[in-house]
Amino acid sequence: MEPNLLKYVWRHSRKDQLWMLVIILFSMPTYFLSLELPKRIINGPIQGVGFEQPGDVGRFLETYLPIPNWILGDPILLFGGFELERIPFLMALSLTFLGLVAANGMFKLYINTFKGRMGERILRRLRFELFDRVLRYPLPRFRRTKSSEVATMIKDEVEPMGEFIGDAYTLPLFLGGQALTGMVFIFLQNIMLGIATLIIVLFQAWLIPRLRKRLIQLGKQRQIASRELAGRLGEVVDGIQDAHTNDTTNYERANISDILGRLYFIRFELFQRKFGVKFINNLLIQFLAFLFYAVGGYLAITGTLDIGQLVAVIAAYKDLPDPIRGLIDYDQRRLTVEVRYEQIVEQFAADNLQDPATQKVAEGPVPRLEKGFDISNLAVTDEMGTKLIEKANAKIEIGERIAIVGPVNSGSHHMAEVLARVLKPTSGRVYVNNSSIDDLPEYITGRRIAYVDGGTFFPQNTIFNTLTYVLKNQPVSERELNAEEKSLYMTQLAETRRAANFDLDYRAQWIDYERAGAANKEELIKEVRSILVDVQLEEDIRGFGLRGTLDPKEYGELCDQLIIARKRFKSRLRELGFEDFVEPFEPDSYNTQASVAENLLFGTAIAPAYKPENLASNPIVKAVLIENDLENALFDMGKEVASTTVDLFGDLAPDNPFFDQLNYMDAEDLPEYKAALNRIGDLGISEIDTTDRLLIMKLPFSYTENKNRLGLLSDDLKERILVARKSLRATLGKMQASPVAFYETDSYNPAASVLDNVLLGRVSTNVAEGSERVDEAIKALLEEMGLTDDIFHIGLDFNIGTGGKRLSEIQRQKLHLARAMLKKPDFLIVNQALNSLDSRSQRDIIETVLDRAKNTDGHPCGVIWVPINPKISMLFDRVLLFSDGELVADGDPEELSKSETRYQDLLSA
Amino acid sequence: MSTLEDEVSILRRIPLFSAIDPGKLKLLAFASDRQTYHDGQTLFHQGEVGDAAYVIVSGIADVIITIDGNDVSVAELKENDFIGEIAILCDMPRTATIRAKGELDTLKIKKEHFLGLIEDAPQLGIAVMRELALRLSKTTAELSEARQQLALKAS
Repeated sequence: MEPNLLKYVWRHSRKDQLWMLVIILFSMPTYFLSLELPKRIINGPIQGVGFEQPGDVGRFLETYLPIPNWILGDPILLFGGFELERIPFLMALSLTFLGLVAANGMFKLYINTFKGRMGERILRRLRFELFDRVLRYPLPRFRRTKSSEVATMIKDEVEPMGEFIGDAYTLPLFLGGQALTGMVFIFLQNIMLGIATLIIVLFQAWLIPRLRKRLIQLGKQRQIASRELAGRLGEVVDGIQDAHTNDTTNYERANISDILGRLYFIRFELFQRKFGVKFINNLLIQFLAFLFYAVGGYLAITGTLDIGQLVAVIAAYKDLPDPIRGLIDYDQRRLTVEVRYEQIVEQFAADNLQDPATQKVAEGPVPRLEKGFDISNLAVTDEMGTKLIEKANAKIEIGERIAIVGPVNSGSHHMAEVLARVLKPTSGRVYVNNSSIDDLPEYITGRRIAYVDGGTFFPQNTIFNTLTYVLKNQPVSERELNAEEKSLYMTQLAETRRAANFDLDYRAQWIDYERAGAANKEELIKEVRSILVDVQLEEDIRGFGLRGTLDPKEYGELCDQLIIARKRFKSRLRELGFEDFVEPFEPDSYNTQASVAENLLFGTAIAPAYKPENLASNPIVKAVLIENDLENALFDMGKEVASTTVDLFGDLAPDNPFFDQLNYMDAEDLPEYKAALNRIGDLGISEIDTTDRLLIMKLPFSYTENKNRLGLLSDDLKERILVARKSLRATLGKMQASPVAFYETDSYNPAASVLDNVLLGRVSTNVAEGSERVDEAIKALLEEMGLTDDIFHIGLDFNIGTGGKRLSEIQRQKLHLARAMLKKPDFLIVNQALNSLDSRSQRDIIETVLDRAKNTDGHPCGVIWVPINPKISMLFDRVLLFSDGELVADGDPEELSKSETRYQDLLSA
Repeated sequence: MSTLEDEVSILRRIPLFSAIDPGKLKLLAFASDRQTYHDGQTLFHQGEVGDAAYVIVSGIADVIITIDGNDVSVAELKENDFIGEIAILCDMPRTATIRAKGELDTLKIKKEHFLGLIEDAPQLGIAVMRELALRLSKTTAELSEARQQLALKAS
């Protein structure tokens, strides 16, 4: 990358910079005239100079060639102008002034917009260029790169450059011109004064950079410290669990506090010095004033300089400090920004960036590999010089099913990495499809070879998008746009190209169905499903579907079906003899399996204020309770729950296993309740303070009669809760958007899961295995109704969370394998990828994958597997055995198990 | 609808728990789950690792032992019987399968709660020891009788 910012800016904005210079030059006369005109208005029409006699006229728009008298002598008249009387002349001049001011403003607006746009474009180009380099880094480099540091460099550190870029060339020219004019003017008036001024300015120009040396250093340090801060913050967040489990949060605190401290002192010194430099600048400039008054005055008194000249010099001097100060400020900004730029370029410099050609976009479909791997004399050493693989020779044909085995650190793991192009050979050659693997573009290796290892980081997305990520290599069809969208897109595209960004349309259709052997989305989903069945993940996905929520607007038909399912399920329960398993939500009866809160709301909270734990502090609920004479009853109930709980649990240690049965209170809250009960005594709800009231009122809401069994809900109380339910519903019904999705027999509840919608009730906790059996029955019913496909679809929309953390490690590893299979590769390389699974499941999955590889629609798929358990290698056709980095045996596992002792050792381990 | 008080009185009828302080018994009742089983449903299978013991509140359960693949019903359990406590005491697999014969109402006591109670109430520990000792002596008596019979047959 270009190491110098100004050169970088010039290279990418030459035309724009020149154009802006032209515009600025053009704007100068207007600017000059707008300063000149007020003087004329005052001197002419207002003070009456030239209008002494009635009938005198002024010449409006009389124009002379704007060249000083001392060059050409008499001024040359360009335009005689119009003759106007005093008042019209005043009006004409004033209107002209208005026009000039407006024109001036327009120039300014144009220039600022232009500058801003130029800056933003270069900023965009720079950011993209940096990101492009990240994508081309050699993979080992990422071992030393902190992701949050890269993010802060591309995002924050380059930001101030955008503002600077617009001024990079024009501002110094502009200000320099102004300063130069002032200087020349002073020289013309008096050589001595001119020389004195020049000396001071030169002195300034000599001194300031010296003072700034330290500033530059500090700027660098500040940048490095800020970046370190970002990097460490990122690391702490990523490793937060370790900080907690090792009690190292305070170590992290100290670390961050230390960096912040360093940053403080750097920044403090920085601005101290900045103001110091500013102070010296101002002093020197004020010293000029002293010079003019003292020396100029002296010269005027002694008669060397006439008063007129002195006044002119002082006037010129007044205009001098601004451009000089501007130049100094500009220089300051330039320094800061250049330091940043150099720092960043240094950071992003890497010797062996990947050749851009290896990442180019494929033209046309990528053919299947015709030849497999040919490895000869392969050797790999790591950065420290340790030998990972020595002299390996092997040929692997397409369709072969090979296990690579060996003890830990034997090289088997690294061999798979070399074949997947993750690890670079140090010497020897790895050929695939008759060319060196390093020379192949990634569109061949990345599409024809699939690689899975145990690492399972997924960006936050749906399961479907996570799976189809591997099919998104380039847009397969253009976006369908109407005329308006099209023109908007063309503008965006033109801008993209101007900033040398990437011009493939991100919003186009990227998923290559064909490569997964599908013609459209439906077929793709079918394929996805069959793969997920093979990796034993399909049932989990359907589970997500059952526990997911649905938007009836999007899935209207399905919601209708589910309501039918709800009705059928009721009779199904009867047929199965399961009536007592479920207590349905019915508008006119109290559900003893549900909490008081749920019975009162009779729906699922959408707004947080209506979540069960927040009902006690919800003013609308409170009003409804008072209105129905329930508040006191619930308060008494709360007190009863609290005192029973304190009696039961009061003297138990907080880690006693009995506490896991306490679902409405935390063990550590017990003392608080004890104290609150003492304070309250026999006082009524209106006589106690809010904290105590909230504490007590929380309890009755989470009280579930059937679970807690304290016998606190009399029939009368239940009756009153049912009445309150209706009045709460009426109150909430008046709101614009209901904060609660109510249970209704005939409509779908969008806030509740699919399962809960079919159930519309609670499974009794008293029935042994009730919940499991009800789930099974619902699944069976949905399957009979042909809804399983839809449930699976909904499951595919499940959001896996950041890094895929809403999935278990096992699910992530299965998903990782599934998406490699979805690519329909010529080689599937699996490198200890299923290590979280038990060996039974591993074996089952490997068997189905091997089976599938044999029968992929006429194209056999090679499978190269590094199994966790070497015994599994017996399932394969061929085994490559590694020991101490050497490929020591290669052959049929049956035969090897008879002849090769090292293999026997592995198998018997 | 049963309440905690009902369950406390059920627990009180079990000899093992009779000496326990009422407050602790209430805690145990609070922590245990009332579970009903339908005819033919199993509480647990022989060979499984146990995680709970059961008190029969009402109904009858069959004790079934699988010998050479054949299920043999060896005993019947009824109201107030306490089942499965041995397995949760020493992490042994279940020695028999228990199956509901008709509608069966039970109180399920989880292993950690039972053990927690023993720690808290030494009387319970002693009661358990006495119960085990009684069973041991009974088994020993049966064993020696069986040996005698065997010796008689042999001679």
